[in-house]
Amino acid sequence: MTASSSTADFRTRLQEWLPKIVLSPSVAAMFVFVYGFIIYTIYLSFTGSKMLPSHDWVGVGNYVKLWGLRAWWTAIINLGIFATLYIVICTVIGLSLAILLDQKIRGEGMLRPIYLYPMALSFIVTGTAWKWIMDPGIGLENTMHLWGWESFEFGWIKDRNLAIYTVVIAAVWQTSGFVMSMFLAGLRGIDNEILKAAQIDGASNWNLYRRIVIPLLRPAFLSAFVILAHLAVKSYDLIIALTGGGPGRATELPATFMYSYTFTRNSMGIGAASAVIMLMTIAAIMTPYLYAELKEKK
Amino acid sequence: MGFLDIQNVTKSYGQVEVLHQVDIAVEEGEFLVLVGPSGCGKSTLLNMIAGLETITSGEISIKGRVMNGVHPSKRNIAMVFQSYALYPNMSVAQNITFGMEMHNVPKEDQQTALQDVAKLLQIENLLDRKPGQLSGGQRQRVAMGRALVRDPDVFLFDEPLSNLDAKLRVDMRTEIKKLHEKLKTTIVYVTHDQIEAMTLSTRIAVMYQGYVQQLGTPKEIYDSPANVYVATFMGSPAMNVVPAKIAMQDGTPHALVKIHDGSEQMLRLEQNNLSEWDGKDILLGIRPESITDPDGADRNSSNIVSLTNRIGVTEPAGADTYVTMELGGKEIIARMRADANVQSGDIFQFAVNMEKAVAFDPATEMRIKP
Amino acid sequence: MAVAEQDTAIRTGTGTRIFIYGILLVFALFYLLPLFVMVANSLKPLAEITGGNMMALPESWTIEPWKQAWSSAQIGVEPTGLKPYFLNSILMVVPAVAISTILGALNGYVLTKWTFKGDTIIFGLLLFSCFIPFQIVLIPMASVLGKLGLAGSIPGLVLVHVVYGIGFSTLYFRNYYAVFPTELVRAAMIDGAGFFRIFWRIMLPVSGPITVVCVIWQFTNIWNDFLFGASFGGQSQPMTVALNNLVQSSTGVKEYNVHFAGAILAALPTLLVYIVAGRYFVRGLMAGSVKG
Repeated sequence: MTASSSTADFRTRLQEWLPKIVLSPSVAAMFVFVYGFIIYTIYLSFTGSKMLPSHDWVGVGNYVKLWGLRAWWTAIINLGIFATLYIVICTVIGLSLAILLDQKIRGEGMLRPIYLYPMALSFIVTGTAWKWIMDPGIGLENTMHLWGWESFEFGWIKDRNLAIYTVVIAAVWQTSGFVMSMFLAGLRGIDNEILKAAQIDGASNWNLYRRIVIPLLRPAFLSAFVILAHLAVKSYDLIIALTGGGPGRATELPATFMYSYTFTRNSMGIGAASAVIMLMTIAAIMTPYLYAELKEKK
Repeated sequence: MGFLDIQNVTKSYGQVEVLHQVDIAVEEGEFLVLVGPSGCGKSTLLNMIAGLETITSGEISIKGRVMNGVHPSKRNIAMVFQSYALYPNMSVAQNITFGMEMHNVPKEDQQTALQDVAKLLQIENLLDRKPGQLSGGQRQRVAMGRALVRDPDVFLFDEPLSNLDAKLRVDMRTEIKKLHEKLKTTIVYVTHDQIEAMTLSTRIAVMYQGYVQQLGTPKEIYDSPANVYVATFMGSPAMNVVPAKIAMQDGTPHALVKIHDGSEQMLRLEQNNLSEWDGKDILLGIRPESITDPDGADRNSSNIVSLTNRIGVTEPAGADTYVTMELGGKEIIARMRADANVQSGDIFQFAVNMEKAVAFDPATEMRIKP
Repeated sequence: MAVAEQDTAIRTGTGTRIFIYGILLVFALFYLLPLFVMVANSLKPLAEITGGNMMALPESWTIEPWKQAWSSAQIGVEPTGLKPYFLNSILMVVPAVAISTILGALNGYVLTKWTFKGDTIIFGLLLFSCFIPFQIVLIPMASVLGKLGLAGSIPGLVLVHVVYGIGFSTLYFRNYYAVFPTELVRAAMIDGAGFFRIFWRIMLPVSGPITVVCVIWQFTNIWNDFLFGASFGGQSQPMTVALNNLVQSSTGVKEYNVHFAGAILAALPTLLVYIVAGRYFVRGLMAGSVKG
């Protein structure tokens, strides 16, 4: 009798512990591979590591050096241009397409997947396609010449000052359909009775959108901004495939900078410092957002 | 010692105590209803009996066996949930037999028990359906079937009727009552609906802010509420509680109350110990059905007092007509016969059955006991 | 009367509608253009691209570029075509998707139905880990993989993708299970089912849709990954890295038609998934963007 009751106890206690046991591998992996590694990289950013990690403490030396590097400034300025245009253009196109698609369009079921499919592709594929489309020798410029528009010029991808804008084009192509989906979901979530009430109040279509609908889409704007901003900071593959960081180093972004300084230029300390700055940028964008989302759920 | 014993039970989340020193002894075959507004701790208490929430301090025992720390499935209890909690991927039959399957009951015994319960609840024709194909009332039956089939020591019901529409709710209420009378099982039933509490229970525990405000039979709770909260929570429309002053006349205590024009009327009280309150303020509680037109007054009452007051609005409700008026500076409700001749704005002579009136201490809001 | 029955409040005139359709079609062309260019030019001989119009259909159709891309194109130093790399990707994706999905389902189940003190913090940390720039873990990951003897191997890549995939898979299942009534779990507990039995008998049977969403998301993400593949692939590079090597190779003539064929090959699995289960793909994207 005592034996059976103590096994029952054991089973009950095991049941209490099982959830934590099941969760623990993931939590352990997270603490080691995410947060442990982050701490280690932060540590490395304060060391004079070159090709291999070393432990000679240099304080903020790497950060000082980093902000003195022309290449880093190029990457930061590029990121500023790229992120701004990428976010703004994606939002404008996404919102416009969503509003237009929301007008009881015949063939919406056909158009939506067409707008969204680029999101399923690898940035490497996107980069490859656009690399040759925007290549003046064989791509769009050549086509226009063949069609008789002799003066047409589109050589941005070879131009140090303009190449960064080709990255924007390809990135917008890939993501704007997704932003459209987010806004469309937001639009479909708006109570139709609110719109009817506004119409009875005499609002024109323009005013309806400007005064009622767009303000109600605030959460979708926020989500779109956060997603696009974090994608912009993380952009790496597209640069590699589209321009390889060139011409010269004209289209370097922090992500490509970090990779080349760490693994090809043997300045691991500086590479680590640049990674830390990337992380902090993303943390500044994501943390308040995630915090608000989690708090809301509670 | 009861069949189900709740002794000194408290529940805290961190620093916050949500249930304070609950003591209830439930006898075998009793139908105990825990009633109170949402957040009063009634569902927490039920979940603690079920073993779904831990007990912070105190003890819960069933049939003399202490249940603290015992797994829910080992308490020999069954529970019917508010949402019915039917497993959506299983048929009705599988839903009912799942518990037996978990306890390794032989297949034939499972089938016998299933057929018995299905017959009892008249759901034989639903056994192969999925919960999604059932109506609300049918789901309710299946949920009860799942509980019944376990033949538990204690049934726990967590607001089982609150998801049904009004008519079905009344039907199912009757059915649960019949079921209890037939099976004589011990039931603990949680609801926020005081009518459900009154009709179903053998005893009621009225809960509020984590305290059991009063524990008693429906009649005790209704006629002798322990405090203003219980008085106003139980009964619909709620008991009228108005400020009054005790004054002595002919050696008996009277309640002085203001009427619509600010003048005072005297209502003779039954309760003699209120003479100790001479000159002091009390709260006077009178149920709506105790204020009637003179013809509708209770003939068995020994203390019908007349009260002249102006009628506010009248609300014919079919079986009765409700009348509002101002008393003691508050709007109160009286319950007339349906065909009582009342017009809003009229000065009318009401009959008040003071035998049923109760008095509360305005400081503590506790009843001044006779 | 017709107006009253219309369930959208917005009304537009014919002129406006033509304009709207016009814009929508122009954008459809914009999105389709690269796909058209890739397909059309992958079916042309090289001379037709270098000497002709990229926007034109092939004059002499050929599948030679596809054959080359698949089995004989020069990738790095070896003329192996993309075939072995395609295989690498498959070998990497299947276990990584399976493991991260299973862990995500269990984590989501624990975090919603067996809550404990601090579970929100755990989830918050997991959630944040979905969005970190992976540059921050590249350096330590390289040395840990080396120490584990997994550098440049498929199991190494599987490990990396599982570790950084758990966050999203947990997010999906947590949000899905959060709206799954807890009363069902409690009922099953009273019925005597334990932790795993409840998961197996009660939760999993209703988890079909979210499992599809999660699998598609993980599949797309891991298949399309480049950074980890390039950093830790070594001798076992996945498809994306191989494609990039093919396109970026600076030696010899640029075989655009082969590049396009290779790009389509690299895109094919995820495109197929998108065509077959687009609905779930969109749901995954949405769930990943509207968090919490």
